[in-house]
Amino acid sequence: MKKTETVALRINGQTLSVRAGTSVAAALRIAGSADMGTARRSVLGQARAPFCGMGICHECRVDIDGRRRLACQTRCEDGMVVETSA
Amino acid sequence: MSGSAIEHCDVLIIGAGPAGLAAALAAAPSGAHIVIVDDNPAPGGQIWRDGPGVELPIAAMQRRNAIARCANIRLVSGTRVIAATAPSELLLEDAERGWRIGWKKLILCTGARELLLPFPGWTLPGVTGAGALQALVKSGLPVAGERIVIAGSGPLLLAAAATARKAGAHVVRIAEQAGFQAVAGFAAALARWPGKAVQSLGLFDASYRTGRHVLSAQGDGHVEAVRLRRGTQGEEVIACDRLACGFGLVPNTELGQHLGCAVEMRHGAPALTVDAMQATSRADIYAAGENTGVGGSDRALVQGAMAGHAAVGAIALAEARRGELARWDAFAATLHQRFALAEPLRRLAAPDTLVCRCEDVRHAELAPRNDWTDAKLHTRCGMGACQGRVCGAATRFMFGWAPTAPRPPLSPVRVATLAALHSQDHSAEETTHAA
Repeated sequence: MKKTETVALRINGQTLSVRAGTSVAAALRIAGSADMGTARRSVLGQARAPFCGMGICHECRVDIDGRRRLACQTRCEDGMVVETSA
Repeated sequence: MSGSAIEHCDVLIIGAGPAGLAAALAAAPSGAHIVIVDDNPAPGGQIWRDGPGVELPIAAMQRRNAIARCANIRLVSGTRVIAATAPSELLLEDAERGWRIGWKKLILCTGARELLLPFPGWTLPGVTGAGALQALVKSGLPVAGERIVIAGSGPLLLAAAATARKAGAHVVRIAEQAGFQAVAGFAAALARWPGKAVQSLGLFDASYRTGRHVLSAQGDGHVEAVRLRRGTQGEEVIACDRLACGFGLVPNTELGQHLGCAVEMRHGAPALTVDAMQATSRADIYAAGENTGVGGSDRALVQGAMAGHAAVGAIALAEARRGELARWDAFAATLHQRFALAEPLRRLAAPDTLVCRCEDVRHAELAPRNDWTDAKLHTRCGMGACQGRVCGAATRFMFGWAPTAPRPPLSPVRVATLAALHSQDHSAEETTHAA
């Protein structure tokens, strides 16, 4: 069963449409073509993008609908509002 | 939000990978009320991760469907374990709420994570773990047309390469740190375990090289090139858009340790101690799969089934699987022997390489410290959001430190979830506070 439906979400004010089931981590990359999906700035101000891909490292933490969540373990939903701290 | 609600079950399983699913299906015929808690959006763990365009293997689909058909199994996805709130009770949190769950038997199937070692440039966007790349691609990360270097150690490098290629990436180099003799020996030994695909070993993959390891990643804002050590033949620099680098797996023992379960060193990493019935040192708590020592999904399936049977008292059914388990334990031993990490990998980091990515602590700050606790006190290493899951494993390998288990909360948690703990179970009073 191939899923072909899409969902629309906003990342840092930009609206994008992704395949249903796509993670927010993947959507960050789709939204930011040049920055490899930067999610946050580190203590020293470095850009950080999803790293472990499985909910361990917390590098991909972003604000989703007003709550801090891990982009790699969150599926994109219709109407979702994502803010990075990058 | 009724944060004071307490759920109860007979058998609580943490983790919905192969071990967790097998445990639930083995325990289900007893009629016990079973709950599986998993932090990913869908069941399957890492190896059977679902996502857009993923073709799940038959083995995964069969088990998922079987779980769905069992009225006495409840799967709770997207949910993390925060802490133990009583001897047989855990605090959970999902995207919406926090709640407590009480259990009679607990089966820990918390899997493993990658060993991620610091090297210059490893914090650049575009650098991920090897299994991480596979997981991200499965979750919809577009990599078509990208040049990808995959480095580190173990069969996972080949699996990551296959997934990336299928998604349209150009895998320009697979760099395995183990030498040719070791890898060839592993391939030859695979004949003892039919079903472990020899052809997947990529010895005939044009981009696969043994005896090579990453030295550094370079790039302006994101990775643009990788420098690799070519055994005794100098170095090579490869232009790329991504670097996926993982050095094998580390058992996720944190929850077990938090619950007081004993750990022992297995294959060079702490693993939960279990007896012949998969029982841990703590009464009524079992463990199965990679958290008892990394050994692959076949071993996890057998251990999970044994733990599920044992947890509901079906001892004979559990015992019947011991021969199978011995075979997969032997496979695990071979895997770790053949892909043992080379000594130079302990020294990949330069003085200014960040070892702790959460708190941005440099290698030079850590080198003079005596041990893990000393490092935490003086540098904040291991005190960020991941609580040392990445840098703890790395410093164990680099410095021989023994990281302490994370203290609760085991994961960053919302204040509302903690506040819910304060409410009395028997209080029917719901006080509403103006926001």
